[in-house]
Amino acid sequence: MRSADLDGNAAGEAAQAAWAHVEVSRHPDRPYSLDLVQRCLDDFIELHGDRQGGDDAAVVIGLARLGGQPLAVVANQKGRTLEERGKRNFGMAHPEGYRKAQRLFTLAGRLKLPVVSFIDTPGAYPGVAAEERGQAWAIAQTLEAQLALPTPYLAVVIGEGGSGGALATLLADSVLVLEHAFLSVASPEAAAAILFRDAGRKQQAAAALRLEAANLLEWGIADEIVPEPPGGAHTDWDETARLLRPRLEARLLELTSRGFDPARRRERYRRLDGLFSA
Amino acid sequence: MAISPAYARPRTVDSGFTCGACQRTFPMAQAAGSLYVCPACGHHSRISAHERVRQLADKGTFQEWDADLAGRDRLGFVDTKAYVDRLAEARQRQKLPDAILTGAASISGHPVGLASFDFGFLGGSLSTAVGERLARAIERSAAELRPFVCVTSSGGARMQEGVFSLMQMAKSVAALHELVEAHVPFISILADPTMGGSIASFAALGDVILAEPKAMIGFTGARVITQATYEQLPAGFQTSEFHHARGLIDQVVDRRQLREVLGRLLAVLGPSAAEDARRPA
Ligand SMILES: [Zn+2]
Repeated sequence: MRSADLDGNAAGEAAQAAWAHVEVSRHPDRPYSLDLVQRCLDDFIELHGDRQGGDDAAVVIGLARLGGQPLAVVANQKGRTLEERGKRNFGMAHPEGYRKAQRLFTLAGRLKLPVVSFIDTPGAYPGVAAEERGQAWAIAQTLEAQLALPTPYLAVVIGEGGSGGALATLLADSVLVLEHAFLSVASPEAAAAILFRDAGRKQQAAAALRLEAANLLEWGIADEIVPEPPGGAHTDWDETARLLRPRLEARLLELTSRGFDPARRRERYRRLDGLFSA
Repeated sequence: MAISPAYARPRTVDSGFTCGACQRTFPMAQAAGSLYVCPACGHHSRISAHERVRQLADKGTFQEWDADLAGRDRLGFVDTKAYVDRLAEARQRQKLPDAILTGAASISGHPVGLASFDFGFLGGSLSTAVGERLARAIERSAAELRPFVCVTSSGGARMQEGVFSLMQMAKSVAALHELVEAHVPFISILADPTMGGSIASFAALGDVILAEPKAMIGFTGARVITQATYEQLPAGFQTSEFHHARGLIDQVVDRRQLREVLGRLLAVLGPSAAEDARRPA
């Protein structure tokens, strides 16, 4: 066998492995944010609205407790039934969703509540109305709000973490990623369309982007990979929550007990790629 | 965060400069004199980062910062071509280490920190090196109390740097916090195009946001929106004027007036204003 064939096979295997990862993260039976919020947090109370005229159901905010600690919660929410998928817009927020998240950050700062975010979105909604109402501005302001948040902040990527829409609730002091979740600059389909002018080459794009969760740990973007039940989170929601809850508790305790300083969060994202010395 | 579809580009031929919109040809000297704005139809051609600095900075005042700051191919990325080869070609062609030029300058006598994106360098996309040079320029402007002026012309993320490109949105916004704390103003100028991760981070956070006429600005490109939603696009969708009408951009400014408008803004916002704000009441 010629070496080119070997390379071709290796590339093919890498593409298949990367794509399998994406498919598990998008499995129709995978637990969504509220499924895990209900299983991992206590006394969840949902709040509604951005207080500017909108209440985007693709983003859920609320209050809860974890091990006695009161929390503010923000989550991307996907729908499972046909009707709920429409209502939740497949977890893709409009500007009102990002403004709702900003409202939650403001509330958390005022009441000195730590924030926990659950990330599971293909990305910000790519539509005319979203653009008309300032989608890019809404995301930018949410990035700013996260980096100004004066309280401890924990994020967990539970499924898809698509581009700027995911980043809007990711810039935390501690970032956990479920074993089969991913974070990417663009969906593999969009990346393939841009790179190869062919959305069908999504598997190849997924491999090239190296979007498996384990890489995020190696690169310092994630602090911890949280294991899922064998086969993936869709096989057992209760077990998934049983594995996740103690990690949330431990990370939160670490953040709340160490003399918290939000400037450290800005420093983390300023130096993240570690390629340049100061 | 795709690079927007091909927009009218200038074509330079030996005999002159051809407007990418109306196709009329003008002598090079005349085109340069009108700052590459078409004397016939007003179309604003894309210009290089070096040309932008020539147009905005007072003659002889530009002092480049971080001229050698270059990144590398972190992912070993190959699409239809190896990323290292794309980078090498762009560096050669654009005479820049990556898609941004930064430095100190004066504009109408006012000292500023100045950043200019270079669309000709891989679509002005956000690499780690671009994000780093931008962040350093922001921080140095804050430290030296120089109002920060950034002219963006960027398709958004650089796919070849994957999630590292995405994280430049966070890096730039983290750096902008220094300007906030120093009470130093940020004037963001949106040139054609300003898309995806660039407008959804630093470029949308200017204290004052200006845009050149008919620049394409938006989070998701029109082609992707049409493919994803089959929606009918309204007239003038995602132009500067479209966003200005919706309260997202302060002023649409003709390139030939840009220096003057900046001079008037800086006179009001200049370093003395920052010093006043820092002084305890
Ligand atoms: Zn013309």
